[in-house]
This record gives sequence, C-alpha cells and structure tokens, in this order.
Amino acid sequence: MKAVRASAAVLALTLLCLVGCGASGSDEVGDPLTVSAAASLTDAFPAYAESSNMSARFSFAGSDELAAQIRQGAPVDVFAAANSQLPDDLYAEGLVERPVVFATNSLVIAVPSDSEIQSLEDLAEPGIDLVTGTEDVPFGSYTRETLDRLPTALREPILANVRSEESDVKAAVGKLTQGAADAAFTYSSDVAVAADRLRAIRLPKEYRPDVAYGVVVVKGSGDLESARSFVVGLTSATGRSALRIAGFKAPPGG
Amino acid sequence: MNGSPWFRAVLVAALAVTLLFLTLPVVAIFVDIPPADLLASLGEEGAVEALKLSLQTTVAALLIILAFGTPAAWLLATRRFRGRTVLVTLIELPLVLPPAVAGIALLAALGPGGILGGLLDSLGIRLVFETAGVVVALTFVASPFYIRQAQSAFEAIDPTLLQASRTLGAGEARTFGRIALPAARAGLLSGTALAWGRALGEFGATLVFAGSFRGITQTAPLAIVERFGSDFNSAIALSAVLVVASIVILLSAKYLSTSVGRGRDARI
Repeated sequence: MKAVRASAAVLALTLLCLVGCGASGSDEVGDPLTVSAAASLTDAFPAYAESSNMSARFSFAGSDELAAQIRQGAPVDVFAAANSQLPDDLYAEGLVERPVVFATNSLVIAVPSDSEIQSLEDLAEPGIDLVTGTEDVPFGSYTRETLDRLPTALREPILANVRSEESDVKAAVGKLTQGAADAAFTYSSDVAVAADRLRAIRLPKEYRPDVAYGVVVVKGSGDLESARSFVVGLTSATGRSALRIAGFKAPPGG
Repeated sequence: MNGSPWFRAVLVAALAVTLLFLTLPVVAIFVDIPPADLLASLGEEGAVEALKLSLQTTVAALLIILAFGTPAAWLLATRRFRGRTVLVTLIELPLVLPPAVAGIALLAALGPGGILGGLLDSLGIRLVFETAGVVVALTFVASPFYIRQAQSAFEAIDPTLLQASRTLGAGEARTFGRIALPAARAGLLSGTALAWGRALGEFGATLVFAGSFRGITQTAPLAIVERFGSDFNSAIALSAVLVVASIVILLSAKYLSTSVGRGRDARI
C-alpha cells in the first residue's frame, strides 16, 4: 500500500509540474511576438521586423491553414493573410481586432528564367506541367478567379495541365525551382525574390484578380501593445519600404 | 520485485505520463466531433477518393518492398562481406531522413531535371505528378522498416535448421523458400505491417516529389492537410480513419506474429 501511495504522490507531482510548466513563462514582457503570416510574406516580414527593431517569431504557411490554427486557439499575436477575406472572417467571428489592408500584390505566371513559355495561351499547350494552389489557399483561389474569367476554349486545356495543387505559394515556387514543373501561378513578389531563377509573365488586365493583404491583431494576444505596433508599423514608411523591396505594393489610397 | 518503493513509484509515474502523452491526442480525435458528423464527412467523394488512393499506393509499394526487400534481407542476414555495415547503414538511412529531404533527393535523382531524369524520360516513364511517383516515394521511405525487420528475422533462424536442409541436399534457393521463409514468417509479417504503417502516414516526400492532386497524387495524409484550412471536421474524420487503420495494422501484426510463432514452435 505504501508503494501505491508513493506512486500516486509522484504521479500527481509530475502532472502538476507538467501543467504548471505549461502555463507559466509565456506572457512575459519582452518575449518575441508570434506572427502567423502568408507564405508569400516569407521574405518581407523578417526584413520589416529587423528594420523596425521588433523581435518576432514567424510562422509562414498557407493563410487558410494559419486561420484554422487561430480558430483552434493557437497562441498567435498577429495574423497576416494574402487576402482580406480570412481576416474579415476572423473579425466577424470575434477572434481578432479590426483588419487593416497593408499591401497589394499581383498574380502572375511564374516560369523558370530559361522557359519558352511567354503567355497565358502557352499554358494551354499539351504537355505543360502547371502547378497551382488548393481551392482554399489565397493564391489558389485567385488562380481560380483568373481561370474562371477565361474563355472556355482557353480555360479547359489550361485546367487539364494542372498537375499539382500546393497548400502554399512557396511550395509552388519550389516545384518550379526544382525543375518539377514548367509553370506556376504565384505572386509577382515570389518571382521578385527569386529573380535569378524565375521570370514573371504578367496577366492581361481583364484576367488580373485584386490581391490585397489583410493583417489583424489576435484578441487572445498576450502582448496587445506590441502586436498593435507591429500592425501599425506595416503602413509606416519603414514598413512600406521593407514591403516594396520584397516586391509588394502599397494599398490604393493608403 | 522488492525494489525500493520510491523507485517503483518513479517507474509507474513515468509510464503513466508516457501513456497519457501518447494516447490523449489520439483519443481527442474521436472526442472532437460527434460520430454522426464524422461519418457524414467521410461520405464526401474527395475523402473516399483519397482513402482509396492511399490503399492502392501503399499496397503497390508494399508489393515492391516485399519482392526486392526479402531476398536483399536474406543476403544481408546470411553473408559476411567487406562493406556490409556500410551497406546496411545506407539501406537504413531513409529511417532517419527527414521526409522533405527524401522528396528533394528523389527529385534530384528521378525528377525531370534529376540524374536519371533523361533516362526515364526516354523510356517514357513519368513519376513527378503521377500516381507512380507516390508509390516511389512510399517505397523509398518505408523499405527500411521492412528490410531491417526481415534481416533480423532471418538472422534469428536456428542455424541447425538451415544446416539440416543443406545436409539433406537442398540448394540455397530451396532452403530459402521452404525453410527460411516459413521460419521467419512472424518477423516478415511484422516488418510488413510496420512498413505499411509508415507508408500510410507518408506526407512530406510525397508532397515534394509527387505533388498533390485529387485522385492522382493526393493520398489521405495530403488530403487531411488540405482540408485542415477549410473543413476541419473532414480533416478530423479522415484522421480518424487513419488512426483506426493504424490500430488494425498494428494489432493484426502483433496477433499474426504471435500466432504464427506459436504454430511454428508446435511443429518443430
């Protein structure tokens, strides 16, 4: 019996420790911010954080996955998406503060620098391996928006060439740089930061979707003040400059 | 077991924490959404398609692994030669290789721009973005799980059995087929199960090497990640199926290996 009681005591202590250790230590001032951001911001955000002297930890992935994590209660301070829809949805659900549009981007056709592909029409050629995004990740839904506007005779053969639907835009870029695919729909900023290997083909104006990036402070943030200054800073001169260098544009009227 | 009660308490506590840590997430999958919603999400066409593709590709990969892995493991188990340790290490490497690295390595070897890319292309073989590419990725990551187990199963065979077979005039091929394979059956089966489990859960190498496209390359784990962002219930439902499949594979491996083992003891 003694042994059993002792075991129980140790078990209880261990569990207490586990619970205790998990709860403490997180919300201290001076901890880096946790920023969940669209994969397309992989180059822009660390540069921005550095130039504005903010310490942040970044998690880059498809915006839809990051939003799902926040819905599941992930301890995130700031969320930046490659559209304004996801931040608006989270705002409507009461999970985040009011969204701010901080940048725009454009959807382009990315091809390896030495590719013979020159136009949207070339993507319809048989044998072209085309990569796009899933339905839910922003770059995938922008691509669908573009394809939906094309005449059927062009849309159908292009759709038939889609060989993979990636969960974030950087994975699509990877398929290109590794030589697995011939072309991918990505953002112009993705090509800008890989200009040594990739070339962007602009879409005709009538097929170009509006790509606006929304950012929000997550309500559960342990450091609302820093989170808010991170968001505000994105539209300051420092933020604008870091974003512009990484291939983004300022929102209209901003 | 009259050890000090304190030490025993520590052992029990360690086991309890381990058990809680390892089982809680799995249990949570089934608690998270009501069973009715779980079943409804599974009725969706895309989910069924992903599960079917997972079944087809893992079975194809297993057949390849068994066909090449069994004789290879027999050779490694029965011969001692220079460089054998290096060879075994190379074969085991995918065990510890990060799956994304495996995918990039496969691209560098078998992708369109890879070292064998030109050869495959001239033979008209395409792997990237094809179901065949998924099978290649699964075979790559799961092989060592089977080969390791098979090798130790062959090594564990009572050498007098093999000697007797040879003394009675059987050649190596006959000894391998008639004596070694049945005697090592338990180990081979559990190796098969382990490899199957690994292949069923494969994610990173498949995504990087073969891509993700419904019905062609999107296996169940890839479908789960795709759904995670949009349809959490569906992601959980598919996860639940994989958990059940994993449990069934593990249990049947344990059951088969023990019952086969007992049968063998009875005969000898």
